[in-house]
Amino acid sequence: MGLGPGILDVLRDYYPIFLRGMVGTLEYAFIAVFFGSILGALIALINLSKSKILNTIGTVYVNVLRGTPLLVQMYIAYFFIPIAIPALNSVSKVVYVLLALILNSSAYVSEIIRGGINSVDKGQTEAARSLGMTASHTMTKIVLPQAIKNILPALANEYIAMIKETSLAGTFMLYELMYTRTLLANKFLIWQPLFIIAAIYLMLTLVLSAGVRFMEKRLSVSD
Amino acid sequence: MTKANLNEVLIETVDLKKNFGDLEVLKGINEKIYRGEVVTIIGPSGGGKSTFLRCLNMLEEPTGGKVIFEGDVLDAKSTDLNLHRQKIGMVFQQFNVFPHLTVLENITLAPTLELGVPKADAEAEAKDLLKMVGLEEKVNEYPRKLSGGQKQRLAIVRALAMHPDVMLFDEPTSALDPEMVKGVLDVIQELAESGMTCVIVTHEMGFAKQISDRVLFIDGGVIAEEGTPEEMFEHPQNPRTIEFLSKVLY
Repeated sequence: MGLGPGILDVLRDYYPIFLRGMVGTLEYAFIAVFFGSILGALIALINLSKSKILNTIGTVYVNVLRGTPLLVQMYIAYFFIPIAIPALNSVSKVVYVLLALILNSSAYVSEIIRGGINSVDKGQTEAARSLGMTASHTMTKIVLPQAIKNILPALANEYIAMIKETSLAGTFMLYELMYTRTLLANKFLIWQPLFIIAAIYLMLTLVLSAGVRFMEKRLSVSD
Repeated sequence: MTKANLNEVLIETVDLKKNFGDLEVLKGINEKIYRGEVVTIIGPSGGGKSTFLRCLNMLEEPTGGKVIFEGDVLDAKSTDLNLHRQKIGMVFQQFNVFPHLTVLENITLAPTLELGVPKADAEAEAKDLLKMVGLEEKVNEYPRKLSGGQKQRLAIVRALAMHPDVMLFDEPTSALDPEMVKGVLDVIQELAESGMTCVIVTHEMGFAKQISDRVLFIDGGVIAEEGTPEEMFEHPQNPRTIEFLSKVLY
């Protein structure tokens, strides 16, 4: 048995499939980071609060989600949710897998936000509080606007990392880039799609990383 | 100097204690600051000067004892601590101006947000204050364009915009280049002469001697000695004061 058709031939014949997969990858990564950020902001608040109980809950949440493989989390979501909550049986399993991505991302994002907030000099908070500003005004008007400069680039990097992580979702037949491998394997194209997929991932991450560096430069101008 | 009204206690500390872990930084300080008084605090590093000052507006929560401001016991948990802090201006060694806000916004933010001052009024007053400290041309700049001395003068008028009853200065010139020191001290002196109650932690002995109604020497977590500048600098009694001054005065 020979090598079969070349990479460029496969790309030419099946590019709509790869394109669709790429769009799926970008979408799933965006959904994961977008909702992961909302949830992550909440977790960050829990971890920054003065309540020891809330801190413990937040720490356990972050440690569990960061300390176990995403693939395992996806399997648990995929198989356990329908068993545990039969009412959700009619919901598409895509949603379960996405939920795992979102929860996983929220753990990382919460640490990004917490780190960004902690990176703002404590003197800023002291100055605001000494002026009689409330804790919430101090957070929204003084700390967050300064923290956001550190948070945004890190969040963009999280999106880039998530683009690679979503490849695991192909295991559960979500139509993203890695899933195209499964589709084309059915046509006995085994090795060519892998290089095409790798090249597309590489292109995406390189382009987006360059974008992040540009953003970091722009944000640091006002320092 | 000496417009102090010795009938009206503005701030009183009663057996004020502060521990950081096992370290006793303040060992029970009883002190009264009167309205209009200019009090400077001197003493060796690590003796508790800054901690004492920071307890006066609860930036450090006391471990024991209490701080009474204008008759009310300050408590970090009480809801009106913010209202009291609006009346207690504070200036920091590291300036702590807000880098993401313009010079004007640095001054107007707290009055508009917390006192409900209309924006136009706050801006008009801010411009007057900036003129007073020679920064009127920097009104729309960001703090990164300011020198250390200019930042500190901005920090002072930012606090003044809240119309405080007392100003606390925590080593206001320690982080400045030498040629920037006088400009800042001039502003503080002007403020003191206008009748503002001032509590100043400083290493500028000449300044302390010239401006103070009263000098506190804090060492080892207690007020080891206090008196008029004349008493403290010319005739110190406590051996620790004598030793300290012999090391810092030429």
